[in-house]
Amino acid sequence: MNLSLLILIPLLTAILLLLLRNAAQVKWVALAGSALQLILAFVLLYTFHQQRIEGNTAQMLFETTYNWFPSWGISFHLGVDGISVAMILLTAFVVIAGVLVSWNVTKMTKEFFFMLILLSLGAYGFFISLDLFILFFFLEIAVIPKYLLIGIWGSGKKEYSANKLALMLMGGSALVLVGLLGTYFSGGVHSFDLLKLAQLQIPVQTQMICFPLLFVGFGVFTALFPFHTWVPDGHSSAPTAGSMFLAGISMKLGGYGCLRIATFLMPQAAKEYATIIIVLSVIAILYGAFATMMQKDLKYINAYSSISHCGFVLLGIGMLTKTAITGAVLQMVSHGLMTALFFAIIGMIYERTHTRQVREMSGLLKKMPFVITLLFIVGLCSLGLPGLSGFVAEMTVFVGSWQHPDTFSRTATVLACLSIVVTAVYILRAVTKIAMGPLTESFDQLKDAAWNEKLAAIILLAAILAVGLAPNWLINLVSPGAEIIMQKMQ
Amino acid sequence: MPNTTLILLIILLPLAGFVMLGIYGRKFFRNTSGVIATSLLLLSTALAFYTAYGYFFKYGKTGGVYQKLVPLKYTWLQFSPGLSIDMGIIIDPISVMMLVVVTFVSLMVHVFSLGYMKGDERFPTYYAFLGLFTFSMLGLVVSSNIFQIYFFWELVGVSSFLLIGYHYDKPSAVAACKKAFIVTRFADVGFLIGILVLSYSSGTLDFNTLIATLTSPQTNEYKNAIAASFLGISALTWGLVLVFIGAAGKSAMFPLHIWLPDAMEGPTPVSALIHAATMVVAGVFLVARLFPVFAIVVPSALNLVAYVGAFSALFAAVIACTQTDIKRVLAYSTMSQIGYMMFALGVSKYGGENGLGYTASMFHLFTHAMFKALLFLGAGAVIHFVHSNEMKDMGGLRKLMPITHLTFLIGCLAIAGVPPFAGFFSKEEILLAAYQHNQSIYWIALIISALTAFYMFRLYFQIFWNKEHHPHGEHHGEGGLSMMMPLVLLAIGAAVAGFIPFGHFVSSDGTRLDTGFHLQFSIAPVALCLAGIFIAMRLYKKQNAMPQKLAASLKGFYKAAYHKFYIDEVYHFITKKIIFNLIGRPAAWFDKYIVDGLVNATGNGTEDFSATIKKFQSGKVQSYAIYFLAGAIGLALLFIYIWK
Repeated sequence: MNLSLLILIPLLTAILLLLLRNAAQVKWVALAGSALQLILAFVLLYTFHQQRIEGNTAQMLFETTYNWFPSWGISFHLGVDGISVAMILLTAFVVIAGVLVSWNVTKMTKEFFFMLILLSLGAYGFFISLDLFILFFFLEIAVIPKYLLIGIWGSGKKEYSANKLALMLMGGSALVLVGLLGTYFSGGVHSFDLLKLAQLQIPVQTQMICFPLLFVGFGVFTALFPFHTWVPDGHSSAPTAGSMFLAGISMKLGGYGCLRIATFLMPQAAKEYATIIIVLSVIAILYGAFATMMQKDLKYINAYSSISHCGFVLLGIGMLTKTAITGAVLQMVSHGLMTALFFAIIGMIYERTHTRQVREMSGLLKKMPFVITLLFIVGLCSLGLPGLSGFVAEMTVFVGSWQHPDTFSRTATVLACLSIVVTAVYILRAVTKIAMGPLTESFDQLKDAAWNEKLAAIILLAAILAVGLAPNWLINLVSPGAEIIMQKMQ
Repeated sequence: MPNTTLILLIILLPLAGFVMLGIYGRKFFRNTSGVIATSLLLLSTALAFYTAYGYFFKYGKTGGVYQKLVPLKYTWLQFSPGLSIDMGIIIDPISVMMLVVVTFVSLMVHVFSLGYMKGDERFPTYYAFLGLFTFSMLGLVVSSNIFQIYFFWELVGVSSFLLIGYHYDKPSAVAACKKAFIVTRFADVGFLIGILVLSYSSGTLDFNTLIATLTSPQTNEYKNAIAASFLGISALTWGLVLVFIGAAGKSAMFPLHIWLPDAMEGPTPVSALIHAATMVVAGVFLVARLFPVFAIVVPSALNLVAYVGAFSALFAAVIACTQTDIKRVLAYSTMSQIGYMMFALGVSKYGGENGLGYTASMFHLFTHAMFKALLFLGAGAVIHFVHSNEMKDMGGLRKLMPITHLTFLIGCLAIAGVPPFAGFFSKEEILLAAYQHNQSIYWIALIISALTAFYMFRLYFQIFWNKEHHPHGEHHGEGGLSMMMPLVLLAIGAAVAGFIPFGHFVSSDGTRLDTGFHLQFSIAPVALCLAGIFIAMRLYKKQNAMPQKLAASLKGFYKAAYHKFYIDEVYHFITKKIIFNLIGRPAAWFDKYIVDGLVNATGNGTEDFSATIKKFQSGKVQSYAIYFLAGAIGLALLFIYIWK
């Protein structure tokens, strides 16, 4: 399969959107474009699987290279392994759901959908790049639309949030850039090619300097403590689809980068810094969970819980066992799907009740059974109920982390395990308050989900169930990738 | 050989009911959902009985020993080579017995609910949840993998959450379902870490391999597992104690019992299901499943099980004597009886005659399922009639509800341990096992027997006697046939189940165990039990002032027991005051003012700095000239005086 299609299709969709004149056409074109992305992602999954069955054991499949700046060692080098395929699938699911829930956007409809599609373009490009320069290029493409999405279509203190988010993510990108350049100049081959660099033994001193730059830089994207504060403000000010994209796609760029670039290229430094990563991720997990407990606004609840859940991604990476890294990728997929669905539902509730304050809602199950049933399901997924994706991911991280017999890792794992109670507390407090109890009188006339909302929710739910009920396909997809990263450790 | 498809059907039929009624119930099966769910479960029950018959009488035994068969094993999630969550079916005496118990009690509850829940607005949802609950419990009992049991364990938790909170517009029901979920979840963390410890020690998650590895002294895994690790206690002990914490949470053992009394906020038939066959016995089942490891390798962990069980049994029995809500009395009686099962396991040894406690525990689980389901459904029938849970609203119902009265009486006799009803036989075995292996627990158990008889007959007399004329007048109070039939069937079970030679089928090592009957040994418990009944009769058969006087004379103690020894208040204090105020609030504050404050300070600092220096870029030629001049003079001075 030609991977350029993954960039071309969003690009063509985006251009077509700019040419259109009326809002209805814009919506349908955006939907068709995102449906095409989803189909393409499935084709990719299928062909990838086929290749593996046929015995193609290369680390990256479907590699293509176009020379770009040969003198600087920059080439348009694309290729995917199982981890990238998983992320691409996740992106495709979130994009189509995001387009569907934005059906009623009336303000600058064309520009809105253009931004969404542009963001997806950046994400796909990022996940398939094997050249660090174009990877960085796509990373930036994925950041800028978010600034506009929040700044123009957001709510609340949107300018502040947009600035904060953009500046913090740009700061993260700057660190990444410095780290990349450091790697480039110290490697001795003057190449940005990921696979070429991976062949080299980057000197340990360079690793010790570049690894933290790259890890923290990407870490900002995935809410590494203490660089997480853009998350609550950014999510809560963003429009529904914006929050979904932030949590479902943007935060995953960081996790993927930490794994694919930082850890893969600099295994020695990763080992050295593992202790710090583990400490920070356990802090994020518990501290995020406790901070969530005190939130009153639904979006803040989900944003803070994202900090806690993304802590599991970093914990899995920090633990450096094959199982734990597989778990980290699973957690990225799971968290992306689940949080996107959660934000979609929060959006549906907000559109009807015009409030996100938990204490102002009660007994909504009576009036909107579909939406609230899904709220229950997504809440249960968040607290790790078996049969849904969260359980699979968290358990894989736990089992992977437990492979280290030393007291430090054990303590970290036990502390991380404790978060499942805190999660249950904050999820149940919020969900039962909104769903159950006597119905608030002013909400007597609420309507249940419309077709587009139902479709969006069902698409995401199907993916959550596919991971939660039969996880082996995803594990088999991801774990060879994790294996290669681990092999470099030795 | 067991028929895998049929066993799978036992488990999956209730799930099919859940999916079908959960998605389409409200649209298509508004009135028929009860019948659909009940017929699915009837089929499931029939298959369970068929499987039990086949296992116990045809293929189960090889060389006089009941085998553990694993007809199905499917790798569901592969963590690493050796470690995987397998979805499998294990067929052994306890799982087959549980299949029968769970399906039968659940069927009774389904049938009873046809009448009890008639006309309820969310009828299909109710039956969907019942199906999920039954499915989860069935999946749990056949689990062949310790992570599989955790999987279903959590599903049991969430189904109970859904059912306890069924009347979701009642704030008390919402509070109760949250409490049940969170408290058991807290215990589940113990279970989860215990699983991690055990899996790391044994290198597997599969029950059979795990038990085999950890009980054979020559393996390396065994040697590592029993070597002292954290805090001087062996990894294996840690693992088992942690798993037991999980078991104690689900089985409502002290101090994790606080969710159980509140769980009666669910519809009464649901309480019957929770208390008799699902949920609370899961903990006992888990300990029984890992029993060889407990008994052979770590007797100290088993001792913990014994003392926690015995204390919980006594504690709950004392509280049960003071409660006035009939469902609460039954709830505490469940806790007490589960305590019996736990300490019976705790005092047992592995193998042969010494495994009597194990057999007795499973036997009591079996008989208890019958009479506790009966008692709860009976209570349900009463509540359905008088529309109240409080004893003071009842009394004199024996003429109005003759069948409920008779069946309830049988249930009371059975739980109190009056021969020849079911409870007598199982309790006698438990007492014998305790007598043989742990005398102090035996004495505690004797006291509990008397207390049990007292509080059950206090309940019985308050409901059916006490007042001569019930305020509801003289009209007939029985429910329909659907409510009557389960009562009668369960009453028959509660009356005759004791005659099953249980040791022939279920024993710690699968061999035949003749428990026999010891006349001289039974005298003490039966006498104490009759004494308890007699006292209850004197106090409560007719209205009189004696109960109040008695309560007054025991003032402080009575009050403490009535308030459940203030355990709820302690929890409330810890969660609300300590966790929220001392951890949650500071965390949120720290995030808002320190972490975020720093971010904002960086932003504001940059702005202020640029605001300051931008003044230099004023555009006035005069000021530029001054800066230029000042710079030139400064440099000149530098060169002249410093560098020469």
